Amino acid sequence: MHSLLGVLFDGLAYGALLFVISVGLSITLGLMGFNNLAHGVFAMAGGYLLVTLMSKAGIGFLPALPIVFCAVAAGSLVLERTLYRSLYKSTPLNQVLLSVGIIFVATAGTNYLWGPGQQPVVIPEWLSGQYDFLGLDLSRYRLFLMAIVALITLALVFGLERTRFGAKIRASVDNQRTAESMGIRVDRVFQLTFALGSGLAGLGGALGVDVLGLDPNFAVKYLVYFLLVVVVGGPGSVFGTLLAALLLGVADIAGKYYVPQFGAFIIYVAMIILLLLFPHGLLGRRKSK
Amino acid sequence: MSDNLAKASRHLSFLKARERWKPAEMAFWLLLIGVYFVFPSSLVFASQILITGLFALSLDMILGYAGIVTLGHAAFFGIGAYTAGLMAANGLHDPFLGLLGAGIAAGIAGYFCSFLLSRGGDLTRLMITLGIGLLLYEIANSATKYTGGVDGLQGVEIGKLFGLFSFDLYGKTAYIYVLCIAFLLFLFTRSMMHSPYGLALRSIRENQTRALAIGIPISACLTNIYTIAAVMAGIAGALLTQTTQFVGIDVLSFQRSADLLIILIIGGTATMYGGFIGAAVFMFVQDRLSNLNPQYWQFFLGILLIVMTLYLRSGILGGFSRLAHAIGNRRNKEQP
Amino acid sequence: MNAILQTRDLWKAFGGLIVTKNVNLSLAPGARHALIGPNGAGKTTLINQLTGVLHPSSGSVWLDGEDITRIPSNERVRRGLSRTFQINTLFPQLTPLEAVTNAICVRERSRLNILKRRFFRVSRCSAVIDEAYDLLEQLNLANDCLVETHTLAYGKQRLLEMALALAAKPKVLLLDEPAAGVPEGESDELFEVLNNLPKDISILLIEHDMNLVFNFADRITVLVNGEELVTGTPTEIAEDPRVREVYLGKGH
Repeated sequence: MHSLLGVLFDGLAYGALLFVISVGLSITLGLMGFNNLAHGVFAMAGGYLLVTLMSKAGIGFLPALPIVFCAVAAGSLVLERTLYRSLYKSTPLNQVLLSVGIIFVATAGTNYLWGPGQQPVVIPEWLSGQYDFLGLDLSRYRLFLMAIVALITLALVFGLERTRFGAKIRASVDNQRTAESMGIRVDRVFQLTFALGSGLAGLGGALGVDVLGLDPNFAVKYLVYFLLVVVVGGPGSVFGTLLAALLLGVADIAGKYYVPQFGAFIIYVAMIILLLLFPHGLLGRRKSK
Repeated sequence: MSDNLAKASRHLSFLKARERWKPAEMAFWLLLIGVYFVFPSSLVFASQILITGLFALSLDMILGYAGIVTLGHAAFFGIGAYTAGLMAANGLHDPFLGLLGAGIAAGIAGYFCSFLLSRGGDLTRLMITLGIGLLLYEIANSATKYTGGVDGLQGVEIGKLFGLFSFDLYGKTAYIYVLCIAFLLFLFTRSMMHSPYGLALRSIRENQTRALAIGIPISACLTNIYTIAAVMAGIAGALLTQTTQFVGIDVLSFQRSADLLIILIIGGTATMYGGFIGAAVFMFVQDRLSNLNPQYWQFFLGILLIVMTLYLRSGILGGFSRLAHAIGNRRNKEQP
Repeated sequence: MNAILQTRDLWKAFGGLIVTKNVNLSLAPGARHALIGPNGAGKTTLINQLTGVLHPSSGSVWLDGEDITRIPSNERVRRGLSRTFQINTLFPQLTPLEAVTNAICVRERSRLNILKRRFFRVSRCSAVIDEAYDLLEQLNLANDCLVETHTLAYGKQRLLEMALALAAKPKVLLLDEPAAGVPEGESDELFEVLNNLPKDISILLIEHDMNLVFNFADRITVLVNGEELVTGTPTEIAEDPRVREVYLGKGH
């Protein structure tokens, strides 16, 4: 029972991280239909930026987080303007190839600049260690993670449902042409959403250095997981992504814990089965062009 | 009336001209035969290029001709490789038997996988193919008793070809073997793609909705071509096993699927030769750059991909054909 | 009169939105039947249900006395039901000749043995190619038959739309706004083609161009909000006050 709850807890924390990183991809995929496999690069950038800020610039963990968010968001806008923009109307194959190219460049570059090893991160004192809750030793850091993600989720949902900008996003995801004819600048909406999503990915990457590890292969290693979460949850749906992320997080941790010989591929089997049952994702919104 | 007759025969001759063997094609195959005599010390490398080219051709069938984007094609290559390896390691040494076994195994896998592809859009399909590839990799990784895991399958002994020619250390027999099999499969593919069936496939790629509306049974067609492509990939994998007498787990890796996609793009899709050209270019450059520094290779590959998707959409052969088109147009304009 | 194409109590709903309400359409053999109605009346949705692209929520579709409601789209083509699309749905990189040849080969699938179908070059099926060329000639596309479809002018593409549907030698032809987007000057060619269609093909035509409708159709059905308002001869429809109301609003 103990280990079950422990596995559940770890799985949820892991899923929460996957959610933060992947939600941006889900919205932009639902919004523009752009297959950006390189989304993990933003998370990776966030991680490396955090590590560098903390070790080279001496900035603390908490203050560094918003800086990472803004920096990655800004950087992603540059990438969008220069590379992605010309391929919005292009075939999925071309988009996949472009993003794979970006992954390769990022991986090689990171390897060159920081070396191939794992990046260590020093977590502040008050976040490390365990917290005793009903006899369970819950990692403080993971609790912190879940709290942050809960806040972010609330902010996202509030933003999408209650603000004007959120309404514009929802309209554009639902039906681009109609949104445009209503005067919504879809390309502007997309740019800001893209920046927001990438910033979140960077934040997630930074938060995840301790849990997911950080090395130049990060973007490739976790590529499948991010895509998985988005496709299973259904592109364009925040709740779908959350649900899928938590489900897959728990499934992965449980798989690795209970059946370590088959650990790695429980998640692939789960993905294939889920995709066959729900080809448009658990809560996917079909884009009407 | 005679005007109409002239036009009628013109359209027929236009089609015939496209299907005829061009001099460049014949030169290509003659060149490959020539390699045997001119580069006797690089035959092992040449065989590798041919095998990869064949593998790329099998991907071209489904990607270039039928329009299915897949990131898991290495699954069939790997299944073929392991089948041939396991057969050889367990007493069935005849190479042709190995090819047969590999083809059948990969074909069965391809057949069942094709049903998974009929649901959902492009991204879902991509994910399913990716998932299957990764799944098989993990299975091979875990089933070390059968596959040798990360260390690879040892003890692969290949018998003599026709009971007469043994596979020598310099790869001479291997090269001829691979060249002949590759050529036969190429002929098979070429005639298929120039047939009404090939035309139907291309129309599926061009517009699935319309293809359905003129009566093409899309799922059946796609299942069909996917199975055939899997068989061919499996045979390519078996060739690798037989010529290297070893099966490494990387035959199933995502890297191999991704590299293959890149190779085909570099060479150009739906041209029949794009796979071979792309494989040659890719493997040459990889050989040079990887030895310098593996990071340079990856970086270069990334830049190449970015540049290609932005500027060079149809690959090397595509670029050539556009050039040929442009020259042809210029010539037509000059005529009265 | 035995209808060659029929819907019986056809209903279609998307969630709470009902797009087809109890439609009982009857197409007589050899008819020139037009389906008109304001935008959003559900005309294309109806065609999609007739061809199998959409499944009705309830009700059935009958072709030549056979219930085809459960039969997949491509099979319906085999049984003689062909359609064109409102928006050009063509094969951009194929030439018109290849496209029509393709359609004919599909039609002749059962008659071509597997060797011919899979391994013989297309150019060896000279009978098929000749038939394709003849069809294109009838539709004034012979001069453009060897260039890639995406280079053709819009009007020519519209004609190719028709050619692809005719290649299947259908019993029933469903035309979804064939004149859509065709400018005044080019529509004569289209009218001529429509008028010259074989009399044994039964045609259901969706159109907004009233000129075309009243010149071409011998029977008209008016569809409003997914429901049949009235069916009758062109004269009856022209004089029906309800129809006028639908198009011109109340008070006319």
